[in-house]
Amino acid sequence: MAPLAITAFTSTTALGAGLAAQAAALREQRSGLRRNDFGAQPLDCWIGRVEGLEQAPLPAALGEWESRNHRLAWLALQQDGLPQALEAAVARHGADRVAVVLGTSTSSIGASEEAYTRLDRDGDGGEHFPADLARPPLHTPHSLGLFVQAATGLRGPCVTVATACSSSAKVFAQAARLLRAGLADAVLVGGVDTLCGSVLFGFHSLQLVAAEPCRPFDARRLGLSLGEAGGYALLERDAAAPLAWLAGYGESSDAHHMSAPHPEGLGAKLAMAQALQRGGIDAGQVGYLNLHGTATPANDSIEAAAVAALFPDTLHASSTKGWTGHTLGAAGIVESAIALLALRDGLLPGTLNSSQADPACGAQIRFAPAQRRIDYAMNNSFGFGGNNCALLFARA
Amino acid sequence: MSLQARIEGIGFWSHGLPDWAHAQGFARGAATEAATPARPAPRLLAPNERRRAPDSVAVALEVALAACEAAGRDPAMLPSVFASTHGDLAITDYMCRTLASEPQAMSPTRFHNSVHNAAAGYWTIGAGALAPATAISAYRASFAQGLIEALAQLADGSEAVLLVAYDAGGAGALGEMAQSEGLLGAALVLSRDDGSHTDDGKPLLRAHWQSGDATAGTGRLARRIAANIMAPMLPLFDALACGEPSAVVHAGLDRSLRLELS
Repeated sequence: MAPLAITAFTSTTALGAGLAAQAAALREQRSGLRRNDFGAQPLDCWIGRVEGLEQAPLPAALGEWESRNHRLAWLALQQDGLPQALEAAVARHGADRVAVVLGTSTSSIGASEEAYTRLDRDGDGGEHFPADLARPPLHTPHSLGLFVQAATGLRGPCVTVATACSSSAKVFAQAARLLRAGLADAVLVGGVDTLCGSVLFGFHSLQLVAAEPCRPFDARRLGLSLGEAGGYALLERDAAAPLAWLAGYGESSDAHHMSAPHPEGLGAKLAMAQALQRGGIDAGQVGYLNLHGTATPANDSIEAAAVAALFPDTLHASSTKGWTGHTLGAAGIVESAIALLALRDGLLPGTLNSSQADPACGAQIRFAPAQRRIDYAMNNSFGFGGNNCALLFARA
Repeated sequence: MSLQARIEGIGFWSHGLPDWAHAQGFARGAATEAATPARPAPRLLAPNERRRAPDSVAVALEVALAACEAAGRDPAMLPSVFASTHGDLAITDYMCRTLASEPQAMSPTRFHNSVHNAAAGYWTIGAGALAPATAISAYRASFAQGLIEALAQLADGSEAVLLVAYDAGGAGALGEMAQSEGLLGAALVLSRDDGSHTDDGKPLLRAHWQSGDATAGTGRLARRIAANIMAPMLPLFDALACGEPSAVVHAGLDRSLRLELS
């Protein structure tokens, strides 16, 4: 495919707001995980919680959109010169020609959960949302897209992709198609997911949450740590001075199980191979691969085998979930931003918290960081329903 | 800007109209209602999954398979786009109720069925489809945005693509916020076509993105099923059923898709 210009990107996680905070923590091997202190009955686990959202209300003009997810969406939207980049894109193309394609797994369901803890009961026993949360556009998956459209004034096609943990990786592929089809001249992509009861207790019910900070690819790994995050990138057909290029993408389905990966990593391999093919490069040219690497026993060994089947031993591949936690629908954008930082700065992260190699994993899986200039970086994101996406980025 | 595709197959299900033939007849004015169960029993699912699957999954898989059969296409080979406004409201209601009362009692099956791509996941598993599947939402513009993504996939090189649009009824207190009634699903198998040849009875669809909103549908399907949140797609199905040359569907804030059929 013709590479697409990335003219802005940003990410906000438990490591802090904006790219400088991500880069500093990656350099300093400093995790953003902390003991779970979220909600009334916190499970015994570790989380990647974004500091300060409770004290950061939305601007009054956007007050009708109040939710934890939109606070994080708003905070992430203010970082790394994104408002200026959007303004410039609107000046170049017109607001009608800038689309919004965002990923999330749970959107503002935290607000729906809160409403159920304090429903108003009428005389007939009927239950109703409390007045402060009785805002219909908040209680639907597209709440995120509607909010960002309201916050930015962008008027191109606006859509929310919700394919669980691959959501904000697939937005890059959908944006590429919108640009190719001529339906937009620029696309704001990204994703936001916030901690909420649904995911904490849901993943706990599947016995996938570790009581310790997650240790991806470690032989002793016990499961994932959940996190929250938001991030964006601006894609255009071309640019005078792009920050990087989207060089390829691959999407596939496992056709196997709703919450367990295909045992041979069939879908994962298809997605990675397709991204390489679209990029027109050999596997040996990829300098860094940010793995899905959730630290669940099943994901990591299957993903490592899929990587070993496609890439030479020289590949530097790692999971950064020990820094941020698994940010679910935001993982695609968060880890794409890390891959883009690797292209920009040459910092190839290792795998935080992990020290004992799993013999099932190949030489590609690295626990220690490295520093070198690379030309291509890939990011893997896999979701429930066997929904896989791999993205290939190239240095500007 | 326009995008186009051949409509190779159509699937449809709503209460009293369990397939496209019934829906088409009804749209044309016939009294073709049929007795339907509370929800369809999609053949693609194993019997135990057929019973346990959420209503939204059941209707999505039913219409998806019907569209593939009408098109004579192997479901395993098609990339798919699943569009739903709210996903499964009964599951969301269950999650919120459980979290408010006894969070540790959360059902793992209901949790993994709560993802917006549950129908897409069950479809790819049932069909054995390794092709990409996506799940999108765009509030009342969900159908139009799903159609745009399906047409963009064709423009990007796919030979054919499956588009499935569905929504279920509201549930619990959430039902007052996310309003929707009944169960509605429709599916289209769309294929690349430059319009240079005609295909008996298989309409060519051209989509134009335009400023200005769509008005509420006035066809018989649009009026009958107006209370389902996926109703904004119905002007297209009324037009297809009645052989009308065009339809306009809501596509977002002051935006619509004008769909020409020939």
